Amino acid sequence: MADGMVNLTVDGTPVTVPAGTLVIEAAKQAGVLVPHYCYHPGLPVAGVCRMCLVEIEKAPKLQIACATTVTEGMVVKTQTPPAKDARQGVLEFLLINHPLDCPICDQAGECELQDFVFQEGQRGTRYGEYAKRFNPVEDFGPDVLYVPNRCILCTRCVRFMEDVAQEPVLNVSERGDRAFIGIHPEARLDHPWAGNVVDLCPVGSLLSKDFLHKARAWELDKTASICTGCSQGCNITFDTRDEVVVRVRPRPNLDVNRYFICDHGRNHYKWLNRGDRIEAPLVRRDGELKAVDWDEALERVVRILRGASGKAVALVSPGASSEALAAAKRVLSGFDWRGAFQVVMGEEAPLAGVPNLALRAERAPNARGAENLGYTRDYTQALEVAKTAAVVLVLDDSDCAVETNGALIYLGTVLGEHAACRRADVVLPIANVAEEEGTFTNRDGRDQRYSQAKPAPGMAQSAAWILNQLAATLGMAEATR
Amino acid sequence: MGYPHKSHPKETVVLSQYFGDAEARTYKGWVKRGGYEALSQALKMDPVAVTDVVKESGLRGRGGAGFPTGLKWSFMPKEKKKPHYLCVNADESEPGTFKDREIMRWTPHALLEGSAIAAHAIRADVAYIYIRGEFTEPWTIMERALAEANEAGVFGGIKVYLHRGAGAYICGEETALMNSIEGKRGNPRIKPPFPAAAGLFGMPTTINNVETLSAVPHIIKRGAAWYKGLCLSNPKSTGTKLFSVCGNVQRPGNYEVTMGFPLKDLIYDMCGGPPAGRALKACIPGGSSVPILTREETESCLLDYEGVVAKGSMLGSGGVIVFDETTDMVYQIMRLAKFYAHESCAQCTQCREGTAWTTKIMERILAGQGKSKDLDLLLDLSENMTGKTICVLSDSCAAPIVSGIKKFRAEFEAYLAGQRQPVGGA
Repeated sequence: MADGMVNLTVDGTPVTVPAGTLVIEAAKQAGVLVPHYCYHPGLPVAGVCRMCLVEIEKAPKLQIACATTVTEGMVVKTQTPPAKDARQGVLEFLLINHPLDCPICDQAGECELQDFVFQEGQRGTRYGEYAKRFNPVEDFGPDVLYVPNRCILCTRCVRFMEDVAQEPVLNVSERGDRAFIGIHPEARLDHPWAGNVVDLCPVGSLLSKDFLHKARAWELDKTASICTGCSQGCNITFDTRDEVVVRVRPRPNLDVNRYFICDHGRNHYKWLNRGDRIEAPLVRRDGELKAVDWDEALERVVRILRGASGKAVALVSPGASSEALAAAKRVLSGFDWRGAFQVVMGEEAPLAGVPNLALRAERAPNARGAENLGYTRDYTQALEVAKTAAVVLVLDDSDCAVETNGALIYLGTVLGEHAACRRADVVLPIANVAEEEGTFTNRDGRDQRYSQAKPAPGMAQSAAWILNQLAATLGMAEATR
Repeated sequence: MGYPHKSHPKETVVLSQYFGDAEARTYKGWVKRGGYEALSQALKMDPVAVTDVVKESGLRGRGGAGFPTGLKWSFMPKEKKKPHYLCVNADESEPGTFKDREIMRWTPHALLEGSAIAAHAIRADVAYIYIRGEFTEPWTIMERALAEANEAGVFGGIKVYLHRGAGAYICGEETALMNSIEGKRGNPRIKPPFPAAAGLFGMPTTINNVETLSAVPHIIKRGAAWYKGLCLSNPKSTGTKLFSVCGNVQRPGNYEVTMGFPLKDLIYDMCGGPPAGRALKACIPGGSSVPILTREETESCLLDYEGVVAKGSMLGSGGVIVFDETTDMVYQIMRLAKFYAHESCAQCTQCREGTAWTTKIMERILAGQGKSKDLDLLLDLSENMTGKTICVLSDSCAAPIVSGIKKFRAEFEAYLAGQRQPVGGA
């Protein structure tokens, strides 16, 4: 037996886990999901829903898997009649006051109460004759609604605010079956990380106003991505309905963001659905930008690059992928080039209960990646140099106040009416972060991939593809590495 | 009212010796009666020696569980690496129980003395006495007594604080009590860790009942052998115990008897039995949380931990609730269930929802709207509420329902059959 490891069996499957592991986690390793509500690996154990009662050999009565640590030789059984009866009992008690309003509930389809009742609940109710408990919906904060009728008092939200956010504005108010989640009378649920309570809620009791009635869970496609809200690099999932991002949720990564994302990141997705996108490559002809096909547009760029020499400047977004940034650098490698980016700054908002997790002041997902590739933060100087440069390449920076006497190539998603880039010689439509795959390097130097969640509009392509095409044509592709 | 009554010849008066004696409440009066001798004696002893004496005496917890007191003290860490705490559970709220109130009302110094001895034995620097919020008079008396004792400097280095509850039954549960002292909501905690490992403020803690600690000075002073000798039946139950008798008896009140005393004699001889012309029907021997005994069981029951268990119930806190033949058992059980539904802390699902649901069913039976399947439903729900939660409040709600249906089924069935005049809710 390895040092500090414990052997046990769960439903007949032997597993070896580190000493101190909870039975519920050991069961996961054995491929057994013990049904539960109050337990969450990111929160302190409460042991109150009593759903995860399991039989443990030699124990006088059923034990909760979420608060019992493994011991050597332990035999855990989740499918025996006493354990099943106990779960059925809990489900029945939970349901007597739970409205069966699944057809209008946002949680339906991803509701743990629905799932476990479907898995092992009873057919009918024995509560029958009584009206269910009724309390009005409460407005908890900027993005959170509380629907007490659906609440199963698992207290995940209370524990998140108390132990993780460390701003204890929620509690369990009243006692017995009159209990509900209360909010401090003078407080709002407006902590910068408060939105996590919506994800944590196992039922449809805490709802996001932003997502309210937007989509049914089963209509959503889920794509792994990285948040672009700041330089923390939180792992997220884009939930898309058809080709629209409708929700951002945290994706667990114990080293970066554990189970959480901040509200800034959560709400930082609407720009991904903008309708005013550039959908075709544009080249300047007779003083005007005209839509052309990719071949023509790329050919024009190649002609510009081949016909110029001397200084070149790349003004890039720190939200561009490392692949695009590297390719841009290659494209300009024949010039006396410099690259720079500017970072929008905001207020830092740490999540107190998790070390090294915060909404970072630097609101840029790939500033570190850009720096690693030789791009500098000296944006002002780069703008100055751009005035006299032979070629200026603007990558995904639509508000760039560039002025130049040289050729201007703009790769972007949008082109504002008064944008400086309207004067570009070539405008190349690129995909946004949800429409491509790529890599960001977070503030701690961690490279993280993101995947494509939806197609890019029109003829738009990922910046990395465009720039690599150019590099290849110029003979500066992979070989120059 | 003439209360407290004079002690009955069959009583063994130890704890209640000075009940009714106002002078015993004062520090001077207490010292005059030999008070604080045991404490100064104990402070000169090694803590382990004090624990050993209590172990030897056979004293068991008087709060309800009956755990051996000396053994509990010995669970405290041998080496003191962190502060140790003593909690005194004076949150007496079990329906039918009112013995701790009398101890605090009449002999506050007995409790203080016992608490200080226990604190010494477990090497605690601080003792918290958690007094039920509704106990206004005992609170005032305890406050005065503590001030006097502090002035006299009897506690050595031990600090004693009074902490007043805010009126929740659940705060009598030991870990809920600790949460309450810490300023948190009075919710019971998951065990383990047990209080001796991580209790109040996460530190090693021992918690004892008022009556338990009040017996300690007597044990120290008169010796373990004397206390052990106070036993009429099973040698595992020693000493005297206060029984609070209420309900249908002619002389309700607190009675102190030796362990193993017949329940029948307590009810008939001491309390005068049910009112004239009425017969005994049932009895709850240990506070509202324990199963109900029938007349036959009651009359053959011996009052010690094992004796009551032999009859299918528990000695509990010693709150004896007596019902005569005029009692509507269905109504009484509904009333108990309603109490638990009101007091459930709302943590565990089975308790939060189950106590309220069973109460509703009981009420509908009483209202003449019960259904034939209701008794089976009640028993099934009770099964789901037993042995599955953090604390035993849920079990306590189920116990009288299960024993009530088992033993007085005919009364339930009379309601279900419409043979009884419906009763409105309480």
